[in-house]
Amino acid sequence: MNSSLTVRNEAFRIGMLSSIIFLLAMFFWQIASTPSVGGRTQGLPGPLAVAKVTWEMLSEPFYDRGPNDKGIGLQVLASLGRVAVGYGAASIVAIFAGVMLGLNPTLLKAANPYIQILKPISPLAWMPLFLYTIKDSTGAMILVIFMSTLWPTLANTAFGVSSIKRDYLQVASLLQLSWWRRFFRVILPAAAPTIVAGLRISIGSAWVAVVAAEMLVGGTGIGYFVWNEWNNLSLTRVIFAILVIGAVGLILDLGFTRLAKVVAYTE
Amino acid sequence: MRAFLEISKVSKYFPDPRGKGMQCIFKDIAFDIEPGTFVTVVGHSGCGKSTLLNIIAGLERPSDGGVILDGKEIDAPGLDRMVVFQNFALMPWLSVYDNVRLAVKAAHPQWGEDEIHAGVTKYIEMVGLTGAESKRPAMLSGGMRQRVGLARAFSVEPKVLLLDEPFAQIDALTRGTIQEELLNIWMRTKNTVFMVTHDVDEAILLSDKIMLMTRGPEAEIAEVVDISIPRPRARTTVIEHPHYYKIRNHIIHFLVERSGKGHA
Repeated sequence: MNSSLTVRNEAFRIGMLSSIIFLLAMFFWQIASTPSVGGRTQGLPGPLAVAKVTWEMLSEPFYDRGPNDKGIGLQVLASLGRVAVGYGAASIVAIFAGVMLGLNPTLLKAANPYIQILKPISPLAWMPLFLYTIKDSTGAMILVIFMSTLWPTLANTAFGVSSIKRDYLQVASLLQLSWWRRFFRVILPAAAPTIVAGLRISIGSAWVAVVAAEMLVGGTGIGYFVWNEWNNLSLTRVIFAILVIGAVGLILDLGFTRLAKVVAYTE
Repeated sequence: MRAFLEISKVSKYFPDPRGKGMQCIFKDIAFDIEPGTFVTVVGHSGCGKSTLLNIIAGLERPSDGGVILDGKEIDAPGLDRMVVFQNFALMPWLSVYDNVRLAVKAAHPQWGEDEIHAGVTKYIEMVGLTGAESKRPAMLSGGMRQRVGLARAFSVEPKVLLLDEPFAQIDALTRGTIQEELLNIWMRTKNTVFMVTHDVDEAILLSDKIMLMTRGPEAEIAEVVDISIPRPRARTTVIEHPHYYKIRNHIIHFLVERSGKGHA
């Protein structure tokens, strides 16, 4: 009774603060969007203008009137499709390679310097190389996403597997589990919380990378949409797209928070 | 005739922690275990008794000597031996049922789903955990967790059951109950058991033979004590047996006075 009251009180205060932050943001946005005295700058589109565009764009998300005029739903789906391919492939590679490294301390130490060098490279830096070698912009974008998501998952998997309690592996060898069963019944579930933490970081990087890659070489996708609307000087739509990027990123992240709960275990 | 389980001049050396060559944990340990007997090694912590158990399990290799089980030398883990761990070593992401199922399925790859289910149910019932099948180990008490450990080990039907201080992490009141349960299960299955412990009462209650191990380094088996107290045993009747305190005092004296080999 007492504790539920405290919880409710806490939730109320969080709600209040959240609303205050929102109102402050709107206030400063409104100030920033007011034209300057003398009319030398026009000011940014204000909240109301963006809300109006949001309503228009969301009420017809899947229209298609040629390459430079598509609904926001189609653009987001194009981006998500690229992420799905690049992220999916990178995750499979990273998890298998990470397990190999994690089970092999010597190999891990030998490979670690190279991982550390490759990890901080912006995935976009690879773009010219990919464009030159595969001569296909869609393929190059997918490879950029691949590079952006490989390292966090690989590093987390290797770390998670190398810190699996020795007992679990001993039980696996006492029971003479086959490589396959050992992998799926012991190693993966034991390291799953750490692996999913890596996958969650990776989906964030993938979503960041896809927007940038599409701005460079897209033809569809939410990143291309931003660039296209900038060329049209429609800042209202640019701001709208920024909000959409944030919302999709949030949903992706929530999915992984759910997954993390599923694979969590207490010893 | 060869013994069923023969530990033949087994020695173990580890690199010295101070970096000066190798340190001898134990040297030339040799004994035989007959099938269907319950043999226990008692010794101080750190005398290497768990290392010896791991060598029999195949989890560690001896530096010298070897272990022969049923005519075959042991050089790796196998389903003919199963360990009950001090810290239970249950898979925390699997339910009680699935922990036992993992072992049953490993031991009987040719079984169908129905046979596996029957096997798992049988061993869960044997340790009195019926009703807790869907719980994960984290939701269980230490005593209940080790019941899962026992069910898992028995379900493999190993030639030798290896118990590594199995009840050391269980509260004292539960410990007595679960020891007695193990005793009852063992009376029915008559597995060959090799146990290590530092609990003298536990050793006397359960064992046919107790081997006394000296302190390391260069630990050795100093003495073998036959426990003549007739079976079936129970905690209450064992302590009333005329030999009980004689045996107990003898072992305690050994542990306190003689096990040190001069530098205790």
